[in-house]
Amino acid sequence: MHIPDGYLSPSTCAVLYTGAAAGWYSALKRLKRVLLSRVIPLISVFAAFSFVVMMFNLPLPGGTTGHALGVTVAAIVLGPSGAILALSMAIAIQALFFGDGGISTLGANCFNMAIVASLVAYASYRLIAAGAALTSRRRVVAAAIAGYLAVNAAALLAAVEFGIQPVLFHDASGTPLYAPYRLSVAIPAMMIGHLTFAGLAEAVISAGLVAYLQTADPALLCGTSGVAASDAGIAERPAARSLPTLWIAIAALMLATPLGILAAGTAWGEWSPAEMARVPPAQALNSPQSVPSGLQRLSNLWTAPFPAYAPSFVRSRGFGYLLSAMFGVGFLLAVSLVLRLLLLRHRRREYSA
Amino acid sequence: MKLGFLEATTLQFARALTRAMLAEQTARQPGLLQSLDPRVRLLGLFMLVLAVTLSRKMTVVAALFVLAVAIAVLSKVRIVTLATRVWLVVLTFTGVIAFPAIFVTPGHPVSALGPLTITEQGLRTAALLILRVETAVTFTTLLVLCTQWTHVLKALRALRLPKEAITILAMTHRYIFLLVETASQMFESRRSRTVGTLKPEQQRHMAARTAGVLLSKSVTLSNEVYLAMQSRGFRGDVQVLSDFHLTMWDYCGLLVFLLAGGIAIWMGR
Repeated sequence: MHIPDGYLSPSTCAVLYTGAAAGWYSALKRLKRVLLSRVIPLISVFAAFSFVVMMFNLPLPGGTTGHALGVTVAAIVLGPSGAILALSMAIAIQALFFGDGGISTLGANCFNMAIVASLVAYASYRLIAAGAALTSRRRVVAAAIAGYLAVNAAALLAAVEFGIQPVLFHDASGTPLYAPYRLSVAIPAMMIGHLTFAGLAEAVISAGLVAYLQTADPALLCGTSGVAASDAGIAERPAARSLPTLWIAIAALMLATPLGILAAGTAWGEWSPAEMARVPPAQALNSPQSVPSGLQRLSNLWTAPFPAYAPSFVRSRGFGYLLSAMFGVGFLLAVSLVLRLLLLRHRRREYSA
Repeated sequence: MKLGFLEATTLQFARALTRAMLAEQTARQPGLLQSLDPRVRLLGLFMLVLAVTLSRKMTVVAALFVLAVAIAVLSKVRIVTLATRVWLVVLTFTGVIAFPAIFVTPGHPVSALGPLTITEQGLRTAALLILRVETAVTFTTLLVLCTQWTHVLKALRALRLPKEAITILAMTHRYIFLLVETASQMFESRRSRTVGTLKPEQQRHMAARTAGVLLSKSVTLSNEVYLAMQSRGFRGDVQVLSDFHLTMWDYCGLLVFLLAGGIAIWMGR
C-alpha cells in the first residue's frame, strides 16, 4: 500500500501533504498537553514496534502470507493521536532511510495509513468493544474487525487517489500522465488484495495481540501506558484551554447577528398570518391559498417578549438583534447553570448515601 | 524452496539490517553527493523528484534518468546495486501494474494481441509511468544511500521540522535496530527449538505471541528510556546540534540542482 513516487500528480501530493500536516499538527498538539518527556520515548518505541511488525510474514488462512501495518494495536494502546504520530514516523523512516514509499508521496502514505487507518481502527474498536470488560472476548473480535476495516479504509483511499489521476491529469491526446486506471478499475484492483489478504493480516495480528495483552499486560488496554487517558480512549473531555476560544466564537456570532437584517423577506414556512396573506406567488407554490383558521386562532396563543428579534423599546433594528442574541445566550447559560447545580446536588446526595 | 514463516521473517530482518549497513557504508565513501551539505542534498534531490513528477514529456523524464545514473556513478554508488535493488524491483512491480494499461487505455489502435487491442495512448502511459517511477525512485535511493541518517535528521531540522518530530524520528531509528535484533533473536531461538512443520494456526499463534512479547518489551523499554531521560534532566525541551556550514561548493551544487530541476520542469510542461 506504500505509494511510490511517480504514481500521483504533484498537486495530489500537495493536497495530501496538507491533509497529513493537519493531522500531525493536531496529534502533536493533543500530545503536548500530556507530559512531553513521557510521550517522546513512547511514540518512538511504538513507531519502531510498528516498523518491525510490518516485516512479519504472517501466515494467512488459505496457505498464503501477508504483511500487517500494526496500526490497530497502536490505536488501541496509544489512542488516535499517538497512533497517528507513531505510524507516520515508521512510514517516514521507511521512505527516508529504507527507500520504501516515495518522498513526494510521503504525505499521501501517512494520510492513508497513519491518519485515516488510525482513526478508523480507533473508532471501530471503541464502538464494538464499548462496555466490554478488559478480558472480554468481544475486545479480541473488535480488534480483528477494527484492523480489517482500517487497512481496507486506507486501501480504498489509495485506490481513489489512483483512480482520479487519469481523469484529472492527462495530455492533449488523452494519455494518462500518472496512475493510468480510472476509479472503476483502480478500486476493484486495489480492494481485492486488501479485502482478502492484507486486511486479514492486520485482523490476525491485532486480534492476536489484544488476546495476548489481555492475559499478559491488560493495563495497556485500559490506556495506562503513559499517554493521557483521554488519548487512550478512557474519557474524552474538552480541554479547558478551548473555553476562551468558545467564548470568543460566541461573542463573534452575537456581533454578527444583525447580518440577519440583510436577508430579504421571511424564511419559507415561518410566516405570520399577516405575512402569509402577502406571500408572493413564487413562494406560495404548494402553500394554501388562504390563511388556515387554526393558524389564525393559535397565532395569538403566545406573545413573544422580543417579537421578530426587535424589542418594542429599541429603535435601532441592529441593536435589537444584538440585544436578542445577548438575551438568548444569557438565558441558555442560566438554564445550563441551574441544571448543573441540580445534577451536582443529586450526585452529592448519592455519594453521601 | 518455499520458506516457512520463521525463515521468511528472519530473512526480512536480515535484509533490512543489510540494507541499512550498505547505506551507512556508501554514505561514508567519498563522492559527489557525499561532498555536498546534507541540506543541499535533501533539497536538490527533492527538487529533481519534483521535476520528474511534474514533467509531462517522456524525453525529459528519460534525460532526468540519465542524470540520476550520472550522479550515482560520480557518487560511487554501484550500478549493480541500483539495478538489482531499484530498477529490477520497480520494473517488476510497476510493470505488472502498467501492463494492462496498454490494452484498457482508450485511444488509437496500433496493434492487436488476439482479442485485445493495443493503443498508442496505452503504450505511452505505461512507458511514462515505468520511466517516471524508475527515475524518481533512483533519486530517492541516491539520497538514502549517500546520506547518513544523522545528517538526514539535521537537514530536516534545518528545514524547520518541529524539534519533537526530529527527536522521535531519531529515537525511532535507534529502536528499530534494537527491536529488529530482538525479534530476530526470538525467531532464531524458536526456529532452533522447532522440529517438523508447524500448522498455519500454530504459526499465526506464534506470530501473535512474538509480537505481543515484543510489544511488552517495547513498553518496558520506553519506560526505562523515560526514566533515563528524566534522570539526565530532560524537561521536554529538545536540543538539536546543527553544525553545518554552507561552502561555495555547496552553493554551486544547490544552484546546479535547482537549475537542472527548473529546466526539466520548464521543458517538460
